[in-house]
Amino acid sequence: MKVALLGASKGMGRAVARVLAERGDTLCLLGRDRGELERCAADLAVRGAAGEVGIVACDLLEPSGFAPALDAAVRHLGGLDAVVVTAGLFATQEQLERDAGLRARLLAADFANTVQFCELARERLMAAGGGRRLCVFSSVAGDRARKPVILYGAAKAGLSHYLTGLDHKFAGDGLKVVLVKPGFVKTGMTAGLPTPPFAGEPEAVARRVVRALDRGTPVVYAPAIWRWIMLAIRLLPRAVMRRIGF
Amino acid sequence: MEPTLRVIHGGKEPARELPAEPPPSELSGWGMYPRVQGRQRLSENLERITEGATLTRGLGRSYGDASLPGAPGATVAGSVLADRLLAFDRETGLVRAEAGVTLMRLNRLSLPRGWFVPVTPGTHWVTLGGMVAADVHGKNHHVAGTFGEHVRSLRLRLADGRRIEVSDEHERALFRATLGGMGLTGHILEVTFQMARVPSPWIWQESEQVASFEAILERLADAGRDWPYTVCWNDLLNDGPGLGRGLIVRGRWAEPGEAPARRPPWRSAPTLPLLLPSWALQPWMVRVHNLARYLAHGARVRHAIAHPETFFYPLDVVREWNRLYGRRGFIQYQAVLPGPHDHPRHRQLIATLRRRRGDVYLCVIKDCGAEGRGLLSFPRPGVSYALDLPVGRGTQSLVDALNELVIAEGGRIYLAKDALTRAEHFRAMERDRLPAFQAVRDTWDPERRLKSALSVRLFGDAP
Ligand SMILES: Cc1cc2nc3c(=O)[nH]c(=O)nc-3n(C[C@H](O)[C@H](O)[C@H](O)COP(=O)(O)OP(=O)(O)OC[C@H]3O[C@@H](n4cnc5c(N)ncnc54)[C@H](O)[C@@H]3O)c2cc1C
Repeated sequence: MKVALLGASKGMGRAVARVLAERGDTLCLLGRDRGELERCAADLAVRGAAGEVGIVACDLLEPSGFAPALDAAVRHLGGLDAVVVTAGLFATQEQLERDAGLRARLLAADFANTVQFCELARERLMAAGGGRRLCVFSSVAGDRARKPVILYGAAKAGLSHYLTGLDHKFAGDGLKVVLVKPGFVKTGMTAGLPTPPFAGEPEAVARRVVRALDRGTPVVYAPAIWRWIMLAIRLLPRAVMRRIGF
Repeated sequence: MEPTLRVIHGGKEPARELPAEPPPSELSGWGMYPRVQGRQRLSENLERITEGATLTRGLGRSYGDASLPGAPGATVAGSVLADRLLAFDRETGLVRAEAGVTLMRLNRLSLPRGWFVPVTPGTHWVTLGGMVAADVHGKNHHVAGTFGEHVRSLRLRLADGRRIEVSDEHERALFRATLGGMGLTGHILEVTFQMARVPSPWIWQESEQVASFEAILERLADAGRDWPYTVCWNDLLNDGPGLGRGLIVRGRWAEPGEAPARRPPWRSAPTLPLLLPSWALQPWMVRVHNLARYLAHGARVRHAIAHPETFFYPLDVVREWNRLYGRRGFIQYQAVLPGPHDHPRHRQLIATLRRRRGDVYLCVIKDCGAEGRGLLSFPRPGVSYALDLPVGRGTQSLVDALNELVIAEGGRIYLAKDALTRAEHFRAMERDRLPAFQAVRDTWDPERRLKSALSVRLFGDAP
C-alpha cells in the first residue's frame, strides 16, 4: 500500500508505521519536526519499508500547509492508497482549565484542523479511485463525557461524529473510513498518568489497527476490550456519572 | 517512484519546551529492592528529556539500585520510547540505533536476516543503552568478550549538556569509562556496534548432568575449549551429597543443513499478573524444583535444535517473574573469582554460603575470558557466580561475608546486580581501577551532576 501518515514520529503513529514498514509498504511521513521525521524515516527503512520513505513538513496547527503537504506526499508515493492520521494534542483537564492558549490549540488541532485535513485527504483519496482508506485516530474519550477528559473528550467526540458521517456518506463509494478509538495505550502521551487496568501495548494495538485498515472496518476499538468498557460507561445513568470521579 | 523527492516546504523548528515534570512514582530495579521515590521522564525524544536529568535508565533490568535516582524525588530520563534503528548495513552488520532499542526487537528483526548481537545477556528485555552502561557479558564471554568490545562509537549527552560522539579514536578515556560506567559518565543517546553473522537462526544445543560442584568446574573449562556458548545451572540449596550438582549447557549456531528451514516462530510471553505475597516462594519449593529439573534431564548427554529465545532467554518465558519473590524483593549477587577452575577458592565460596545458610534460589556459573576495554567492566579471566537471594534478615551479612572472600581472592562484583555491597568493600575490590574512572568523571562532570542511588552508595557521591 502507498500510505501517507500524519503524526507517525511518535506514539501510536510510530507503531502503526512500523507494522506497515515491516510488511514492505511504501510510506510518506507528514509532521512538523524535520529532524524527527528523518530519524523515523531511517528507522522505517531499516525495518523494511519499500523504496525511500518520504518526509514532508506539515503542522496540524497550520491548516494552510495541508493541501501542499498532501500533494507532495502523493507525488512522492506515486499514488495514494491510504491516509493515516494519528497526530493530535493531549493535555489533562487541569492543564486545559488553567491555560486558555493551550485550550485553543488543543480544540483547534484535535477537531477543526483534523477535520480540515481529512477533507483534503478525502478529495485526494477519492480522486485516486475505489477502495482507498482514510484512517483516523479519535479516542474512547469521545464516547461519553467524563470529568477527567471533558475538553479533550469533546474535541474527540466531534471528530468521531464527523468520521461516522463520512462513513455513512461514502461507504462503498470509493472511500472507506476507519475510525480508531484507542483506549489507554502505553505511549509517550500517557507517560506519567496512572496506568489503568486493560492498558494496551502500542505494538499490539497497531497490529489491530492495520488489520482494520486492510479490511476497511468502520469502527475499531483498540485494545478490543474497550468496546465493552465504553458500552458499560455509556449505559451508566447520569446520576452515577455525576458522583463518580471517573 | 522518484527516489530523490524528499520535499520539505514551509514548517519551522517547533518550540522545544520540556514536558511538564512527571509526578513522583516508586522506582525499583528488577530485584524490587531497594525502592526509591523518583520522577521518570519518558519521551520519544531522548535528547530532550536527558536535559538536566541526573541519570538515564532503560528497562530497569539491573537488579539493585544502578538505575535509580541518587536522592528521593530526583529526576531520571527513561530511554524506552527512544527506540529507532537509524542504520543497519545488511552487508557488514554495522548497526546504529537509539539507546532505547530493546534487544528483543533487535533480535527478531536481525535473526531472519542472518545477524545476531555479538553478546547477549540472559534476558532480551534490556535496552542497548543498558547493555553498554553495564557492558554486559554472555554465555560466550570466553570467546567474544563483553558487548563493549563490539561497540564502535557512542553518542552522548554530557553532564553539562554538550552532545558528543566518542570512540576509541575520539575521547578514548570517556568512551572506555562509559562502557560499564553505569550511566555515570553521560547519557547514552545512540550506539553504533557490530553484529555477528550467523549461519542459521537456530541453535545446536547439548546438555549434560553433572553430579558434583568440582566436576562442574572441570566440565565448564572443557566445554569452553570447543563451544562458543557455555553455561551451567547449579543447585546450591541442596545440603549433603547433592550440593553443587547441576546441568551444563553448551551451544553453537546450527549450520543450515542441521536446522529447520523455517524461521523460529516469535511468541509473546504471558505476564505474571500479581505481586505474590513474600511467603509464597519457599526454599523447599525451590529444592523440589531443582531436584525435578536435575532428575528429569537424565544421565544421557542430550542434543537438540533449540529455539534461539529458549536457549538464550529461558527465564523470559514468563514476563515479570520477579513478582514471584513478593514485596520483600530479592538480590542477585554476582562475583567473578580469578584464576584456574580447580583453585580451592571456589570451594571456599560454597563453604561460605553453607556456613551462612544462604538460600540460593538460583545459581548460574559462567566462564569469563579476557578483560575488556571498559574502565569498570565486570568480567575478568576466571569463573563468575550469579546467585539469586531473597532479601531477608541475613542477606546483608551474607553479602558482606561473600565480599570479604572476593576481596581476599582478588575478584570483583558486578555493579548491574548489586544492591548491598558496602563502599569500603567496593573500594577495596576496585583499588586499581577506581581512580582512573573517577578521573574521567572529574574531567567531564566535576560537579557530579550525573549520579544514581548506586553511585551515592558506592562512589561517595553526595545524594
Ligand atoms: C533475567 C536477567 C538475566 C540477566 N543476565 C545477564 C547476563 O547474562 N549478563 C549480564 O551482563 N547481565 C545480565 N543481566 C543484567 C542486565 O543485562 C543489565 O542490568 C542491563 O544493564 C539491563 O539493561 P536495562 O536496559 O534494563 O538497563 P537499566 O537496568 O535500566 O539500567 C542499567 C544501568 O545502565 C544505565 N543506563 C541505561 N540506559 C542508559 C543510557 N541510555 N545512557 C546511560 N546510562 C544508561 C543505568 O543508569 C543503569 O546504571 C540480567 C538481568 C536479568 C533481569
